[in-house]
Amino acid sequence: MANRIARAGGALVLVSALALSACSTGAGTDGGTDAADACTPSEGPVTLDFTTWLPGMEDAAAIWNEKNPDIQVKVQTGPNGLGGTYKNFFNQIEAGNAPDLGHIEYDALPNFRVQDGVVNIADCAGVMDAQDQFIDWTWSQVTFGEEDAVYAIPQDTGPEALFYRADLFEKAGIPIPTTWDEYAEAAKTIREEGGYITNFSQSDINAFAGLVWQADGQWFENDGEAWNVTLDSPESIMVADYWQGLLDDDLVATLPAWTDEWNNGYNSGDVWTWVSAVWGANSIMSGAPDTAGNWAVAPMPQWNEGDSAAGNWGGSGTAVLKGSEHPYEAAQFALWLNTDPEALASMNKTANIYPATKTGGDLPAFSEGLDFFGGQNIYDVFAAAGAEVNPDFTWGPTMTQVYTDVADGFSGAISGSGTLTDALTDGQQKTIDAMKAAAIAVNE
Amino acid sequence: MSATTTRVKKNHGPRESLFSRAGAMLVMAICTFYFLVPIWWLFVAATKDRADFTTSAPLWFADFNLVENIVNLANYRDGLFFQWMLNSILYAGAGAAVATLFATMMGYALAKYDFRGRETLFNVVLGGVLVPATALALPLFLVFSQVGATNTFWSVFLPSIVSPFGVYLARIYATSSVPDELVEAARIDGSGEVRTFFTVATRLMTPAMVTIFLFQFVTIWNNFFLPLIMLRDEKLFPVTLGLYIWNSQVNQIPEIRAYVIIGALLSIIPLIIAFLSLQRFWRSGLGTGALK
Repeated sequence: MANRIARAGGALVLVSALALSACSTGAGTDGGTDAADACTPSEGPVTLDFTTWLPGMEDAAAIWNEKNPDIQVKVQTGPNGLGGTYKNFFNQIEAGNAPDLGHIEYDALPNFRVQDGVVNIADCAGVMDAQDQFIDWTWSQVTFGEEDAVYAIPQDTGPEALFYRADLFEKAGIPIPTTWDEYAEAAKTIREEGGYITNFSQSDINAFAGLVWQADGQWFENDGEAWNVTLDSPESIMVADYWQGLLDDDLVATLPAWTDEWNNGYNSGDVWTWVSAVWGANSIMSGAPDTAGNWAVAPMPQWNEGDSAAGNWGGSGTAVLKGSEHPYEAAQFALWLNTDPEALASMNKTANIYPATKTGGDLPAFSEGLDFFGGQNIYDVFAAAGAEVNPDFTWGPTMTQVYTDVADGFSGAISGSGTLTDALTDGQQKTIDAMKAAAIAVNE
Repeated sequence: MSATTTRVKKNHGPRESLFSRAGAMLVMAICTFYFLVPIWWLFVAATKDRADFTTSAPLWFADFNLVENIVNLANYRDGLFFQWMLNSILYAGAGAAVATLFATMMGYALAKYDFRGRETLFNVVLGGVLVPATALALPLFLVFSQVGATNTFWSVFLPSIVSPFGVYLARIYATSSVPDELVEAARIDGSGEVRTFFTVATRLMTPAMVTIFLFQFVTIWNNFFLPLIMLRDEKLFPVTLGLYIWNSQVNQIPEIRAYVIIGALLSIIPLIIAFLSLQRFWRSGLGTGALK
């Protein structure tokens, strides 16, 4: 008996030793080189794993599998990126069993680049030639402006515009604001009418980043040696001051985003507008069913009269993850998935994606007016906005931390402690600290 | 004498007694309310269609669409939700059954056999109670990666069949409820150790086994982090992970919200059934023990 127990104890030690060695081998991944990774076709039939949280991706994969019997794609799923899938990707990359392909949002891609988690597929046949098919700014999101580098194939985008209650604006005799000054004026009139012009979300920091993006601001820059963090750039502070002003005068609602309260704010007509991305149309349609037919979409208000700058909120690409044995085939699938009209139509149908290709806006799904928006073809507005998005906006390598820290500051500002500007300046320092802690080169 | 005085005093002050009783009732009522309101909300929300969900009062019914909602859920993605329910029942049911068997055997062995290192072994197991399952998920993932067993049924099932707390409970219970004389008598009658365990000890230990089973069932049912890390094939997901993933897709597909809510309601039913049906054994077992 004692002998048996001793053996069991030995097994326990063995197991923990395994866990340790797995950790240490994982940590020693080779440092990223700037040259593109080699990319040659595999011999014989291959099966690719593709992890995405977009619903219904199996349908698009089925179209591909039908046409490519030698390259079969198996779709796997998980929660959205920040909800766990990114963490899983990193664990799997360490353990050496990551899927061949992964769905990664633009704001998370720098993190994967810094941690050497994605394959540079620039040398894979057809990838560099595909550049012209994609909206310019999406291409710079996946190349980071590096020569001879492509870290993902752009999939979708979230160009922003102004959703507004056409009926309420007309009844109150308020002109549709074209500048942020006019927007603030309209906010006052709407408050006198008993409504709020919009809701300021304390948790959607990427939406706030979209506003900074529109104002030609930057939060991050990589000069090739180190990162510059500019959460407190003049443009960023300008946008924060503007919204702080609206908050101080109680001109915007502060309902927690994506809750029933928030839906109800729109559904009951308390909240009149929303600056949001193209996919926001679905959120409004489902959250505010009673207001069908009364909405319309206009371009975002501008900082300078006569401009046509647009922000972007969301968007993602398909990346080949480190450790894939078939980068060539994976890249071929990623290219097809994000350029083929049939694939794009399928993803639009099952997951409401708005493609990142220049011709993506021509899909039949985008050519018709929507009853919910009084018959307006809202996608024309978003297509125009997509062409006006500043191509140089760069995401940092620690966006999860940035979002958390700034959101903490924002919710403080909303409950009256500090301001949005404070949140950004605090976030600035915390981001620099976090990058240093992660051994990422950063300029103070 | 002093007892009488106390009673007199008490009779003198019925207001105080009433007050404390009312206070206790109030605290209990608040607790009950606090625990039941979310379930009530869930039930009410599950009976609403999408339009009513946003517009009508959250704690009272609008049109009653429970059946339609369940049918819609069953049709969505070919009844994937019910696959998840089955998976959960399999992970939790089979996992808890095996875990109970192992824990009882080990607890019994620790209580009834004297061997070198017994206390050390017991303390190591006790240490296991202190390590949260969440902390073990990542090491487990790496271990399973080494043998290429991630994203399989076993990657969730195998870690579920150990229950250090169950061992602890079984040992304590076996010490007090299985008399050494009985085991000795069984030996004299020629019963082997294994047979004694299954025919004598398990009968006496039933209440402990039911407790271990229930605890482990609930633990596995609610274990979210391990499947999150291990599984990528949605056909293998337990219901907790599946609902979480759907919930994270609400931004893409707003109608999923309705499925998440009705799914959440349905997913608590097996737990309720498990408790109500096993509670009986629990009580009768404890009663038997008391009579002895």
